Amino acid sequence: MKLSETIKKHRFLFEELTARDFKQKYKRTVLGMGWSLVYPLLTLLIQKLVFSRFFADSTPHYTIYLFAGNVVFSYFREATMGGMNALLANAHIFSKVNVPKYIFVLTKNVSALINFGITTAVFFLFVFLDGCAFSWSFFSVLIPMACLMLFNLGMGMILSALFVFFRDVGYLYDVFLTLLMYLSAIFYTVDMFPADVQRLFLLNPIYCYIRFFRIAVIDGVMPPIGLTGLCVLYALLSIGVGALIYKKKNHQFLYYV
Amino acid sequence: MKVALKAEHVSVRYITGDFKDIGLKEYLVRRIRGRYKVTEFWADRNISFTLYRGDMLGMIGANGAGKSTLLKAVSGIMVPTKGRMTINGTVAALLELGSGFDGDLTVRENTYLRGAMLGYTREFMNKQYEHIIRFAELEDFQERPFKQLSSGMQSRLAFSIACLVSPDIIILDEVLSVGDGAFRQKSGDKMREILASGVTGILVTHSVEQVRELCNKVLWLDKGRQVVFSNDVNGVCDSYEEFLRSGEIHLPQHD
Repeated sequence: MKLSETIKKHRFLFEELTARDFKQKYKRTVLGMGWSLVYPLLTLLIQKLVFSRFFADSTPHYTIYLFAGNVVFSYFREATMGGMNALLANAHIFSKVNVPKYIFVLTKNVSALINFGITTAVFFLFVFLDGCAFSWSFFSVLIPMACLMLFNLGMGMILSALFVFFRDVGYLYDVFLTLLMYLSAIFYTVDMFPADVQRLFLLNPIYCYIRFFRIAVIDGVMPPIGLTGLCVLYALLSIGVGALIYKKKNHQFLYYV
Repeated sequence: MKVALKAEHVSVRYITGDFKDIGLKEYLVRRIRGRYKVTEFWADRNISFTLYRGDMLGMIGANGAGKSTLLKAVSGIMVPTKGRMTINGTVAALLELGSGFDGDLTVRENTYLRGAMLGYTREFMNKQYEHIIRFAELEDFQERPFKQLSSGMQSRLAFSIACLVSPDIIILDEVLSVGDGAFRQKSGDKMREILASGVTGILVTHSVEQVRELCNKVLWLDKGRQVVFSNDVNGVCDSYEEFLRSGEIHLPQHD
């Protein structure tokens, strides 16, 4: 009841801010929205050229394998980087007008989500081009997609709050993203590690989401229930912590901007 | 009469010298050495006043008196550290008018964005848009990026958006000093029209003349403290002008 009222009250602001984010993002670019297509494909091409000789022989549908990793990781990176900056970049607004502050993180996530949607569509085009057999399990990727939305939103809230209090977080997170990328098995397979180490990968939420994608699409089977549970758990944990921080610190952000 | 706004012993504190000022490293170093100390700064201390529906409050005081901070407490942007703020109705706060616009967006886009920030609906803005632009005299600039406007034009737009809406409580921070002579006349007229409509308002200004002319109550702040809250606008304004000349506070006697 209360939430629906809030949504109704701030819907217009939400739409206007989302539109603004889009205009700012593609301002003075020739390709504009086209970058949502070109950027992931260029990344994919580079990785394919660099890593094929090491991993392509042992990994079936290596292009799709790479692409799945990139789709998930790019969305995570874009959404959380945008989310992290969202509060500080809009400080001039919420220090003058009383608006719910999570709305800024939300709008940044929307533009990342739209990119993610476009990239995912291209991903499935590649899946068919690469000759993966259609399976009903394809539709199960909606589960990690929904989880990832919540997970990114939560991470955006956590990071934006931390960023307001400690500006160092901006640099730290940049380094952390690089580390995370190497730990997410985007271009290599975890088969080369012993079973114990392979299990450790499951501590990485991003790896879980990528793995879900790969099992559902490349293997064409429903991913195990345990993996699904982990995906949901990480999402709930992230959004829960994020919401809690915002609830507690909502009125303190102002003092730090 | 119905109470629109009530401040009871409102105090707002800023903390300086904690980790946001000295950085994380210095914070840890001082913590370990036991030399970590924060200093408190009370921007507002024990402010109390009551406004009834239709009142226009003039807030006066030198720079750093705590006016802007108090307005932030009124508009709900800040929560008072102590005391209580009761607000009945919607508040439209026009704090530092020029800010909050995006220089790269067009006048039209900025108008809608600002309307959204002030809490209006799209339907309402669709209806009011033409009116706002006409009042701001910016018909020929609608598709121009906001940053290309002169600062007078920018303030005119901000004023127009704010005034053509109908909040229960309107906060005006230095807005009447907007634009050139002709527009100032127009905005002044508009303000009087709004006041006559029974809206509750708070006007913050350095112009004592505006307070005398537009307000029926006055709140004088000095260094975060409440000097006086009174109905005797002219008396207090006289004292304030005397204070600006001599630096001494002599309140009107009969109060």
